[in-house]
Amino acid sequence: MTKTVSDEPAFVPEQGGPRDAAPFLSVRDLRVHFPTDDGLVKSVDGLSFDLERGKTLGIVGESGSGKSVTSLAIMGLHRTGNARSRPHISGEVVLDGEDLVAADADRVRRLRGRKMAMVFQDPLSAMHPYYSVGKQIVEAYRTHHDVDKKTARTRAVEMLDRVGIPEPHRRVDAYPHEFSGGMRQRAMIAMALVNNPELLIADEPTTALDVTVQAQILDLIRDLQKEFGSAVIMITHDLGVVAEMADDILVMYGGRCVERGTAEKVFYGPRHPYTWGLLGSMPRIDRDQTERLIPVKGSPPSLINIPSGCAFNPRCPYADVPKGGITRTQRPELTEDDSRHWSACHMSQEERTRIWTEEIAPKL
Amino acid sequence: MLVYLIRRLFNVAATLLVVSAVTFGIFFAVPKLTGSDPALMYAGRETSETALQGIRVKMGFDKPISEQYWVFLKGIFVGRDYDAGTEVTHCAAPCFGYSFKSEAPVWQTMLDRMPVTLSLALGAAVIWVLAGVATGVVSALKRRTAIDRTVMVGALAGVSLPIFFTGMVAPAVFVYSLGWLDVSNYKPLTEDPLAWLNSMILPWVTLAFLFAATYARITRATMLEVLGEDYIRTARAKGLKEGVVIRKHALRSTLTPIVTMFGLDLGGLLGGAVLTETTFNFQGLGTAAVAAIGQGDLPVIMGVTLLAALFVVMANLIVDLLYAVIDPRVRLT
Repeated sequence: MTKTVSDEPAFVPEQGGPRDAAPFLSVRDLRVHFPTDDGLVKSVDGLSFDLERGKTLGIVGESGSGKSVTSLAIMGLHRTGNARSRPHISGEVVLDGEDLVAADADRVRRLRGRKMAMVFQDPLSAMHPYYSVGKQIVEAYRTHHDVDKKTARTRAVEMLDRVGIPEPHRRVDAYPHEFSGGMRQRAMIAMALVNNPELLIADEPTTALDVTVQAQILDLIRDLQKEFGSAVIMITHDLGVVAEMADDILVMYGGRCVERGTAEKVFYGPRHPYTWGLLGSMPRIDRDQTERLIPVKGSPPSLINIPSGCAFNPRCPYADVPKGGITRTQRPELTEDDSRHWSACHMSQEERTRIWTEEIAPKL
Repeated sequence: MLVYLIRRLFNVAATLLVVSAVTFGIFFAVPKLTGSDPALMYAGRETSETALQGIRVKMGFDKPISEQYWVFLKGIFVGRDYDAGTEVTHCAAPCFGYSFKSEAPVWQTMLDRMPVTLSLALGAAVIWVLAGVATGVVSALKRRTAIDRTVMVGALAGVSLPIFFTGMVAPAVFVYSLGWLDVSNYKPLTEDPLAWLNSMILPWVTLAFLFAATYARITRATMLEVLGEDYIRTARAKGLKEGVVIRKHALRSTLTPIVTMFGLDLGGLLGGAVLTETTFNFQGLGTAAVAAIGQGDLPVIMGVTLLAALFVVMANLIVDLLYAVIDPRVRLT
């Protein structure tokens, strides 16, 4: 496990040094609820975290745990489109001192793509098939910069070059379908970074790519982050990606955070049974090949009827461990176990430390 | 691209050849098998056997079917002679023969009637595309609101109501009740543009209503599908204004299937909008075809069928070419 965690020092912005106490991005008690015919879907239900400039936060969880909804909520993308299908959003998303949940929609639109940008999972479907890659980058640039087409095009070529696309002055006129998967994702990143955003959200940026290309794309994001000093949120279900990229890790389950802390703490001393499950289900090269992966039993909870107590309880292998009078209907709150390490579990800290060191860690 | 075009044009010719052969077979060969006689159709009922024989010789009905077909095809490109023994009538290319009933050359009849059908189809097409796409887009954007439901009920009515119903109701309302328009038969555009416009409005609206309804429904469905696409989310994530997202990103993709439909619909209509022409008593290609079928006027049937087929295959070709312009992923090979 030592090999996988990045031991590079976190990026410190050159100008200004440590800023005032308020973090660059601060999410507080974020709730995103979708009203549907079947009931209220609580996709995100009380999520809080902070992120500094130059740092990377990895958000991990299964499909349907609320990762992507969180990212769309930060970008304000739930406020676009048909009014009937918009979710109820509450809580705070404070970006550089400005609450985006309370801000009016047009203000958030102006920040979108400029101050905060997003890279999506499947670059083939995320780019418009009818416009050339260059045109799409130019459009992103000119939306936020009052420049003529020629200047914007020069900028697009420059960005394509920067993300490692060969012959950028020629490829700028190519269409997305003429690019390979890795090249498309590079182009997508070029489009996201064309306005030097201070916050970059990457939603499963490598899932649609093959393994060799994955590593290149992650390297690219990391290099660009160093260059521009942006804050990055990396959303993934792949713990390997997080291990490589993240300074902090946030584990989501059933729309809530179940564990949060520095990458080191979450990887070496995880405090939540769900995190243990995730680590146990991760394939590892140094493990006996004949040994089977251990999946987390059961399936993610329906977000309409989240269990009233701990959402993980029905799947938790330690559900029957005595918890000193706490009933199943009580929800475990996220508590700080030691500095910068939070978890939400009814089991005592001693009990969890014992299970981790004696039962879980040796098997990994 | 050029190779593609040549191959497609070859296909067009082949298709038309097949259509002409089949039509010729149905209208000239089959009557012979069933015992009826094209010469009798030409002459009407009470004719002497000698006269019939004369007709057969002049029209070539005495020749084998294959030879008749060949002469017919040749006539289209180089013209043909009708030799009645005593006198020879030359029919210049493109020769589709003479009407059995009016003796008028079929090609001239089609040329005379073309402007009526063309005016009707093109004018209605403009209306239905604009109205259909606009209402479809509005409906999609206002999904599940009162506006959406109203539009869709209207569209359902448009699809369900036959032309001969709306074609009767429209004059009753706009001419007789409201008095906005005058009753009028077709007036050529070249003679009096205003009168032409006045005579065309109701047929246009009637015909367009039917098509606009279909287009609105298709546009709405496609638009909703497109709005769910990842690249629309990307466009919004770039910070584009919603209007730009809709116009530049969503509409562009929505129009692709519309272009296909439009080409085929228009191509079909140019061969004659039978119901509309009949309802409004317009002398277009459609009414010509219907009258010819009723009277067994074989050359007119042949001519109109071939012309209609030509419009359809050409529309198909143009749609395919346009497709490559619209969607860069389409390669013409």
